[in-house]
Amino acid sequence: MDVLDLARTQFAVTGSLHFLFVVLTLGLAPLIAIMHTRYAITGKPVHERVTRFWGQIYVINYALGILTGLVMEFQFGMNWSGLTHYAGDVFGAPLAIETLGAFFLESTFLGLWIFGWHRLPTWLHVACIWVVTLTAYMSAFWIMVANSFLQNPAGAVEGNGHLVLTDFGALLTNPMLTMALPHVFGAGLWAGGFVLMGASAYQLFRRTAEREFFTSSLRTGVITSLVGSLLAVGVGYAQFGPISLFQPGKFDTGLAPVGLGFMIAIGLPLQFFITFVLAPTVYWLPRWRWAHPVLMAITPLPFVAAILGWLARETGRHPWMINGKLTVADAMSPGLTSGMATVSLIAFGGVLTLLAVIDYVLIARTVRRGPAATTLGADTPPDPVERAHALSH
Amino acid sequence: MDILWLGVFALLLIGYFALEGFDIGLGMLLPVLGRTRRDRDEIVAAMAPFVLANEVWLVAVAGVLFGVFPSLEGDVLFGLYPLVITLLVSWIVRDAGLWFRRRADGSAWRSTWDWAIVTGSYGLALSWGMALVAVAGGLAGSPLSLPGLAGALLVAALFAFHGWTFASWRLPGQVTGARRTGWALLLSACAAAAPVVALLTVLAPWLLDRTAPAETLNVLSVMILPFAPVMVGAQVWVWRMFGPGRSAFDRVPSFF
Repeated sequence: MDVLDLARTQFAVTGSLHFLFVVLTLGLAPLIAIMHTRYAITGKPVHERVTRFWGQIYVINYALGILTGLVMEFQFGMNWSGLTHYAGDVFGAPLAIETLGAFFLESTFLGLWIFGWHRLPTWLHVACIWVVTLTAYMSAFWIMVANSFLQNPAGAVEGNGHLVLTDFGALLTNPMLTMALPHVFGAGLWAGGFVLMGASAYQLFRRTAEREFFTSSLRTGVITSLVGSLLAVGVGYAQFGPISLFQPGKFDTGLAPVGLGFMIAIGLPLQFFITFVLAPTVYWLPRWRWAHPVLMAITPLPFVAAILGWLARETGRHPWMINGKLTVADAMSPGLTSGMATVSLIAFGGVLTLLAVIDYVLIARTVRRGPAATTLGADTPPDPVERAHALSH
Repeated sequence: MDILWLGVFALLLIGYFALEGFDIGLGMLLPVLGRTRRDRDEIVAAMAPFVLANEVWLVAVAGVLFGVFPSLEGDVLFGLYPLVITLLVSWIVRDAGLWFRRRADGSAWRSTWDWAIVTGSYGLALSWGMALVAVAGGLAGSPLSLPGLAGALLVAALFAFHGWTFASWRLPGQVTGARRTGWALLLSACAAAAPVVALLTVLAPWLLDRTAPAETLNVLSVMILPFAPVMVGAQVWVWRMFGPGRSAFDRVPSFF
């Protein structure tokens, strides 16, 4: 592999890992916010348990979203300084707005939500998770604004050898954004719904003592994935219009046609299956033990489809970093050597892959141990050592 | 407008050192101050509610670097390539330690991730010291110079002092055996931020020459400044909520 391939591989690896966790964050955040709101309204302990159990899965997943996101933010400057030199005055703006106007608030309020159990007044605590949800979606919006600019550099003109921002409105109404953004939101809800469905199916299949809990979560999961899949597939097809206009050859070369083909081969039948089989039988599904292994087996599919779709969108732009304006070869940092690119690929790729595997094991463990073992917001320490410790204070 | 955004950039970078400095310092001191698992749990629990609100200042610094100083962003991050790798890997390892340490049972699991916190914190402090010296030297030469190492040790010492002061303020008379007031903590925060204040003072004119054009800065102002009160408010709320005297340790085990 030459240095350009190494730098591209690093971006693909870290970007795919990031999206894998972010897509679930987007799907789970609104569900947790709704669960927490129900608890605040009814005051029923069951709603508190639901919020804490799925909330714990959400925050374990969130950890890797942050860690992979850090590398994403910094590797632009490390490996792709040609991009910032040529288009930083335009491309930098949405990313700066994302970090300050969205992620800064998301991180601060997530900390308040995680550590605020039994400390914050109920409604302020609920407000925290709604701010986290809102800012997560705003983050996704700004990142997609930046990405859509790479697909179709709207709102900028070239002068003195680099791009100048002329029309910020055009950046926000980019045709490559308007359908892609709801497509991502749909994919998120689909993934989030499937995690609820698959995890609940596992517990019910094992004849859990928490029948009522997981019966309700399984139904929530199926309905959420119905909404998500209709949105994702509907606006997914609507993207072909602007793509044929701005990137007519997008799905002709490289990995793009493969990614797109397999994504549709997974997504379309799965959407029919949800719409015509799972959703109509959602009332009985929790009781049909024979169906639960199927529900568990299909849980990873929306994640696979999401990564394939992202790969198709990104590799379909090759050889352009900014479509028609700047090639990836020109965008790469001048002076980047194979040695540097290899070391950073191994360092980031290796560490993040290892941590991603650990994170999934921990999510699986949380699912397996069920709501009784939830530590997020537990108000009595679960293990005896800590209980003794607490009493000694 | 360019002066305003230079000010925002400086504020965020100084804020990162003043705030995240004590998390990194406490991470470095974890094996020293936390001789038993109980002590280590207590130290991590003391800083845990602040970490997400503190580390995000650096994410914001990088965002402003991208939006306000786009031509510098690539030069600085590429110029510091090996240090940016160690800094990011250290940050990732430290955070993984915090998120994972209580996610499974057993002392082997917890001490593994406690060591991740320690290693990551040392990596962060030392990389920062070398990076500041390298930037001050105009990104010329190897970061592994004698001044670079001196800078690394200085930043590590300042962060450790700041972390020790935070522990003495948050957990008075416990893991450090000392008690410190909020004023002492403010003083150690100033000390932790001093190297970066000095660097920014020297670099200010140079930075001012490299801001993005007015069109870009206007857009950033309109889109970001309205959120400033909420951002400040949320930070203040974190300190009011999780400062000393409102301890809920006896009832609620920490998530980290």
